[in-house]
Amino acid sequence: MNGLTRWQRPEMVMWPGFGRLTDLRDEIDRLFETPLAEWARTSQLLSGWTPAIDIYEDKDNLYVRAELPGMKREQIEVSLHEGTLSISGERKGENKHEGAEVYRAERFFGRFQRTVTLPAPVSPEKVKAQYQDGLLTITLPKTEEAKPKRIDVKLS
Amino acid sequence: MKATAQRESHLSTNRPPRPEYGAPEVNIFETKDGYVLEAEMPGVSKDGLEVTLEGTELTIVGRRRSEPLPGEPLFRECSPADYRRVFELDPAIDTAKVSAKVEQGILTLTLPKSERVKPRKISVD
Repeated sequence: MNGLTRWQRPEMVMWPGFGRLTDLRDEIDRLFETPLAEWARTSQLLSGWTPAIDIYEDKDNLYVRAELPGMKREQIEVSLHEGTLSISGERKGENKHEGAEVYRAERFFGRFQRTVTLPAPVSPEKVKAQYQDGLLTITLPKTEEAKPKRIDVKLS
Repeated sequence: MKATAQRESHLSTNRPPRPEYGAPEVNIFETKDGYVLEAEMPGVSKDGLEVTLEGTELTIVGRRRSEPLPGEPLFRECSPADYRRVFELDPAIDTAKVSAKVEQGILTLTLPKSERVKPRKISVD
């Protein structure tokens, strides 16, 4: 032992930092690779959390998928009113890390709501929603009238 | 001259050509026992996850295994890219004890500090 070294808080010395966690190149790549729509969503510091959604259509159904990671099923509300689908809910920040020091806080917590005007009439009683791996997938069967039909034209 | 050329080609092969990956949003906390890292990876289940530790470098990769929606897209905001992010770890972390779980698209990593760096109370006889 060569005597006592001056005491320093270990994390000050040994912590190259979660601050440098993502290297700069990653960060820059991210800037250029993020589509504009994504920026519009992530720069919503004032409006809170706006989960991303996709809408797909085939001949029988409309499909809406929302990215809602880390929710509980009972925290998600889905409603349909006159051709408008509404997805809302609240993601609560957990207090399990109380007293902990925060190094990064990029995740959103709080209420969100997204509404979608459906491009075709659907049968409300047949709508199904599924929540798995943080993705909410809603299947909305079109009404019979809204489905494309083949009309045979008789040529005389 | 030759050396320069070699070096450049080495650099260019190092760079992935396309944005196959997006960086997931993370929260990181430090408690007295260690660190907790939460990453948002919607669409990733246990089978799509890869967590690797090399020295003090932690890499998390999440591949989307969710079924694509049928039909034609009308509106798209969700990125189809997989997730990847690299972190430099505090050397105080006991890498043998790192544990991971994924629940509804959130990866939670628990990174305990090794016993020798934890604050200890020494009793005085």
